[in-house]
Amino acid sequence: MTERLNPLAQLVLARLREFWREPGIVFWVFGFPLLMALGLGLAFRSKTPARPLVAVVLVDDSASVAKLSETLGRAPELQARVLPADEAFRALTRAKVDVVVELSNQGAHYRFDPTQDKSPIAKMVVDGVLQRASGRIDPLSSREDVVSEPGARYIDFLMPGLIAMNVMGSSMWGVGYNLVVARKRKLLRRYAVTPMRRSHFLLSYFFSRALFLVLELGVLLGFGKLVFGCTIQGHLTTFLLIGFLGAGAFAGISLLIGARIQNTEAANGWMNLLQLPMWVLSGTFFSYERFPAFLHLPIELLPLTALVNAMRAVFNDGAGLLQLGFPLAVLAVWGGAGFALALKWFRWQ
Amino acid sequence: MNAPPIRCEKLVKRYGDKVAVAGIDLEVRAGICFGLLGPNGAGKTTTVEMLEGLHAPTSGTMRLFGESWGIGKDQWIRDKVGVQLQDTQLADKLTVREVVRLFRSFYQGGKDVEELIRLVHLEAEAEQKFHTLSGGQKQRVALATALAGAPDLLFLDEPTTGLDPRARQTLWKVVEQFREDGGTIVLTTHYMDEAAILCDEIAVMDLGQIIARGTPRSLVDSLGDVQFVEFEVGSAPPGFELAQLQSEPAIQKVEERRGRIRVTIDRALTALAAVIEALEKAQIVPIGLSTHQATLDDVFLHLTGKQLVDD
Repeated sequence: MTERLNPLAQLVLARLREFWREPGIVFWVFGFPLLMALGLGLAFRSKTPARPLVAVVLVDDSASVAKLSETLGRAPELQARVLPADEAFRALTRAKVDVVVELSNQGAHYRFDPTQDKSPIAKMVVDGVLQRASGRIDPLSSREDVVSEPGARYIDFLMPGLIAMNVMGSSMWGVGYNLVVARKRKLLRRYAVTPMRRSHFLLSYFFSRALFLVLELGVLLGFGKLVFGCTIQGHLTTFLLIGFLGAGAFAGISLLIGARIQNTEAANGWMNLLQLPMWVLSGTFFSYERFPAFLHLPIELLPLTALVNAMRAVFNDGAGLLQLGFPLAVLAVWGGAGFALALKWFRWQ
Repeated sequence: MNAPPIRCEKLVKRYGDKVAVAGIDLEVRAGICFGLLGPNGAGKTTTVEMLEGLHAPTSGTMRLFGESWGIGKDQWIRDKVGVQLQDTQLADKLTVREVVRLFRSFYQGGKDVEELIRLVHLEAEAEQKFHTLSGGQKQRVALATALAGAPDLLFLDEPTTGLDPRARQTLWKVVEQFREDGGTIVLTTHYMDEAAILCDEIAVMDLGQIIARGTPRSLVDSLGDVQFVEFEVGSAPPGFELAQLQSEPAIQKVEERRGRIRVTIDRALTALAAVIEALEKAQIVPIGLSTHQATLDDVFLHLTGKQLVDD
């Protein structure tokens, strides 16, 4: 009647239970990225671009000036206000308006600061309205289409970045930190004196991470779709495969950190030291192209950059695995090197 | 083949300049409870952790059931050995049953999970998470995990340190049951009463060496046919010196430590009467006078001039 227990299954179960019964960890893995996506998604939601602010100064008290002023007031592409001259100039110097137009019987006189991004455009918009109102006929016919497709918004850019960051975080904390805690509690040496297979122990981390990864990706992708309408342009399976490779790579790095460290404070420090620069550099929140060009290659060699780039390519551009050779190779090298060194240096006590 | 559970010769462990174990020989026969007795830092834990395969010795040989560590037989040895390490904290968030089940899964054979839980009297706590248990209950879970593979040899490293008397007794019962069923035990402790109750053979360790060995009885008897009288001097006439007591023929030895006088006399009641008479004659008023038969603690004191547990 003695049941035969499978050691690998028991180890995986133990790991899953430890995870679920630690509300703090559940929050950091699931709650935190959701809040982050929600907050950033709302803060940077696409809005209609602000219309240029125009201060109108009436120099002459004539019917033609009044008519032009009225035209500006009605124009949908700008916001015009009639102001006394001194007030209008003060508003301009304080960047409360983008351009000041003085209307006289002789015509229009623009004042603006060309170093303000919006001012030259505002001037052109105002001038266009006034010219057309005064009878200009544009010789070339033109059409406009406003583009606001899913896939081109900030939240679409952000979502794969957040998912990648989350994969990094949960692999790092879930593997390396967990090992250090177990070593500190002398649990590792307790395992070491049993006939437990070392490979089973390692595999239990692998399987529990893989299971949670599917959950994590499911929750984050589902949230993105429900709340912001973000959809994967490429194949879901491609995205999942990249997720597994990324989780594996970070698990390898994390295992290396957790191979010997004895105390949780040191582990904490290492985890943050490694992750923090990547949060900033790897293009999760904004494109790393904004950094000087000579930094691009080093940044692209970081594992988080590789994962973000690969995920974003599939998520936003519908890329397939074959187009992602470079980032996937970067991930494979990090993961492989991490595992190899970790196995060499690992200490049970 | 009938190799003894443990045999080691000239076992040495050095950490840099520090010698933790300074060349010990041990043989533990099957079916006995063998005690390593000694104060903290004597080298007991280092010795058992070498035997458990956790540390490689600096030099010397070591065989468990005739096999050595590190020659491809490690799994085979581990399957026959159960270990309770000093202060291991098992997974906090797992229940007693889950922890026992996990450890049971590592072994080829052994008792049923429910039976293991029954064995350590934790049926009522089986569904409780590990971190909610008392110190004694945690130690019993640790014992259940050590017994999970139905080991032939059980290592217990200070299993009752920090436990209250009732918790200690509960644990002792489980250990005695294991030995009655034919198991071999290696126990380290710094409690002489624990060693006296549980152990068939004892090796006394100090400073990395075994300084005495034998049965608890033979070690105590090695002190001779003696008993001890202890007291504090409440008041004494001016000019009195302890050495004056020494002149009494019944008194073998007079020592003073931390204000308490300790007089060694032979076991006869008349010797005790003679001590009291001598005190009276010298006009010494004793406080808290007590007498006791020789114990392992006295053996240790005799051998090293130190007490096992500083109280």
